[in-house]
Amino acid sequence: MSTTTVAELPLARRRRSWLAKLLRYRTMGELRDCLWGMAFALPWLIGLLVFVLGPIIVSVYLSLTRYDIISTPEFLGLDNFKRAFFEDELFWASLGRTFKYAVGVVPVSIVGALVLAMLLNQGHKGTNLFRTFYFLPHLTPAVAMALLWRWLLQPSVGPVNYALKQVGINGPGWLADPKWALNSLIMVAWWGSLGGNNMLIFLAGLQGVPQELYDAADVDGAGRWRKFLNVTLPMISPALFFNLIMGVIGALKVFAMAFVATGGGPSRATWFYALHLYNWAFQYFEMGYAAALAWIFAFVVIVITLVQFKLSKGWVFYAGE
Amino acid sequence: MALKAQSMPKEFRSVRASRRATMVLSYVAMVLLSVLFMFPWFWTMGTSLKRAPELFIYPPPFVPEIPQWDNYIEVFRRVPFFGRFFINSTIVVVLSTGGGVLSALLVAYSFARFEWRGRDIIFGITLATMMLPDQVTQIPKYLLFKYLKWMDTIKPLWVPAWFGGGAFSIFLIRQFIMSIPRELDEAAKIDGANPLRVLVTILLPLMKPVIATISVMSFLWGWNDFMGPLIYLATPEKFTVALGMRYFDVTPAGQSWGMPTDHLLMAASVMSTLPIIILFFSAQRYFVQGIVMSGIKG
Repeated sequence: MSTTTVAELPLARRRRSWLAKLLRYRTMGELRDCLWGMAFALPWLIGLLVFVLGPIIVSVYLSLTRYDIISTPEFLGLDNFKRAFFEDELFWASLGRTFKYAVGVVPVSIVGALVLAMLLNQGHKGTNLFRTFYFLPHLTPAVAMALLWRWLLQPSVGPVNYALKQVGINGPGWLADPKWALNSLIMVAWWGSLGGNNMLIFLAGLQGVPQELYDAADVDGAGRWRKFLNVTLPMISPALFFNLIMGVIGALKVFAMAFVATGGGPSRATWFYALHLYNWAFQYFEMGYAAALAWIFAFVVIVITLVQFKLSKGWVFYAGE
Repeated sequence: MALKAQSMPKEFRSVRASRRATMVLSYVAMVLLSVLFMFPWFWTMGTSLKRAPELFIYPPPFVPEIPQWDNYIEVFRRVPFFGRFFINSTIVVVLSTGGGVLSALLVAYSFARFEWRGRDIIFGITLATMMLPDQVTQIPKYLLFKYLKWMDTIKPLWVPAWFGGGAFSIFLIRQFIMSIPRELDEAAKIDGANPLRVLVTILLPLMKPVIATISVMSFLWGWNDFMGPLIYLATPEKFTVALGMRYFDVTPAGQSWGMPTDHLLMAASVMSTLPIIILFFSAQRYFVQGIVMSGIKG
């Protein structure tokens, strides 16, 4: 293979058939390998083309058209984007609301998950049981979660407000109150995500911190807080970074909870971007405009992710490097 | 340490006492948090066992007077499709998980062990597409399935899985195969085994953890998927559980029977989550492993 010298090359080239040129093999063994490999990869080559790359191209095209499914697409240029930025009143509002939701959910669910993981990481008896308890909310299907909380948070007769009344607080209208609906969904998201994947990933990260580092810190007379800041935090920073990236993406995509629990209301208080997009695509069937909205969303998500990657160079520490 | 204890016995004792205090504190915190996390579910289960008139009692009682297990059967009586939802979800999950794992396995094997032209580029594209939100491809896929006359069938929910099982599964399995020494394959090859045989007899037995992990995650995802069924399914007989729960919600059975049905709704919520909880308990190890693998290698 790589032992071919430059002098031999022209001769080798001349002897190769068109198939050999196309597939770049030199021996029969390599050809066999190549064909097997391509055969195994075939499902994904088709899948990638039909369900990913093809749709991406179609979606770019649709975003430049007006298309109502029935008539042929009408080319509009960038009008759909103009419409989103300047005419669609709900566009900026829903985008802003989605950010607000993400800002409300992500920091608490990350810090909370870290606290839970540290509690569990002390190695006390029964840790597995507690881990399961914390994780169960995360397993609840979104629809069941929405229905369950809508019912717990009923303004007048709900158990949550009843409990609040016992301690002398007049509970708000929660999901029924435009001022509280967004906060309510944020809090429900805390319930669902604190003990979820974030916690498990932190737990694995914490278990991977070598004991020698703590011992060394002990020798240096470091207190708990110092050990946390100078040993634990840098060592688990990759887990923290991963949770941050996934948390932000997940929060920006928020859909099912709001769709079922509030339907975007009351008075659009929980009208998130994904709802807005869904509405244009599958309620009004304005596929062109919806495709444009999808690309704006993709752009936002990708930019945020890339910025986080860029910033991560400053604070994420990979032990292997 | 021993020296320390001798020279400063007092301090040593206080360290021990403070350690015990921390332990007690941790336990208190862990128990309180458990109550906080589990409370909504306890409450839901309690309510699912109440009689309808008990729903009106204020303050609401935590546990029902006499548990009405019959409520769980009543759900199926009131919403005749409810059983059907479970069958549909099971079909979707089994087909999509089976196809996804099987095809991802082959594709990952190809990426990990074979040299073919364009492999690295395609692998790069595969990784890159993981960053793109699903919304971008959703509309064209919808149009495609509409063109194929797959609307209002469960096909859009499982057929795509057979074409590689998604970038994430492929990536995870590939990483796993790469960690298996190549010498094992070579030895079998010299003995005359073809690549498929190598995969089945040599690699597959070693890959149980990653296969189990992907299956569990795919099951969970398929069972809880809401957007897919919402877009593609229209008639209630075809709904999956995740979507069918909403059927309960938008057409409250109570309207036609003149009684509140919150207790039935709660019973339905419990049942819709039950398969996931059973799965979690029976495959907890793989579950945790899967999430951790995605976090550390992803």
